[in-house]
Amino acid sequence: MELVDFAWWNLCFRWLHVLSGIMWIGHLYYFNFTQTPTVPKIPAELRPAIPRFIMPEALWWFRWGAMSTIVFGLLLALMNGYLGQAIILGIGSHNAHVTNIGFGMWFGTIMWFNVWFIIWPKQQRVLGMVEATDDEKKRAARVAGLTSRVNTLLSVPMVYCMTGVHFY
Amino acid sequence: MKNPLDSLGQTVTLGVVLTIIVVLLIHAIA
Repeated sequence: MELVDFAWWNLCFRWLHVLSGIMWIGHLYYFNFTQTPTVPKIPAELRPAIPRFIMPEALWWFRWGAMSTIVFGLLLALMNGYLGQAIILGIGSHNAHVTNIGFGMWFGTIMWFNVWFIIWPKQQRVLGMVEATDDEKKRAARVAGLTSRVNTLLSVPMVYCMTGVHFY
Repeated sequence: MKNPLDSLGQTVTLGVVLTIIVVLLIHAIA
């Protein structure tokens, strides 16, 4: 095998796709399984450290992890020639592989959209990066939190589809 | 009514239910 042939680039992009996905979903699970349930137990005087130091850093890796995951994922789908068929869930093709990855791609894309167009803009208000009244901040925190939960829910079938590529 | 997404356990359960629906849909479509 040539070092830089098609199969190698395929492996390389898959590797970068999975690395980015771990960065993204790892942070999603940190927010949902660790941070959100633990914050109420933190003494009030220590709590400001989370929005001041942890959240800006965690949100950076979270949203750029999401971006990198979708970019390498779409490149993989393009390289392997199933992007168009996957978008229509392989309907009519009788190809379970494409239907499976199509579902995974749709879940992942909805989650990416939620990160960049709901969670991140709302968190910018919560963290004071964008000006907002206390009421707006409270509402933004609720919407960001619920959207993060939606992404946790969607991650379950999404990971099933992504890990199912060698089964279907 | 309480939002099921406020509970982590219910969120994960709904995720599993959605996965089962997706598995059935994959078989139905393909």
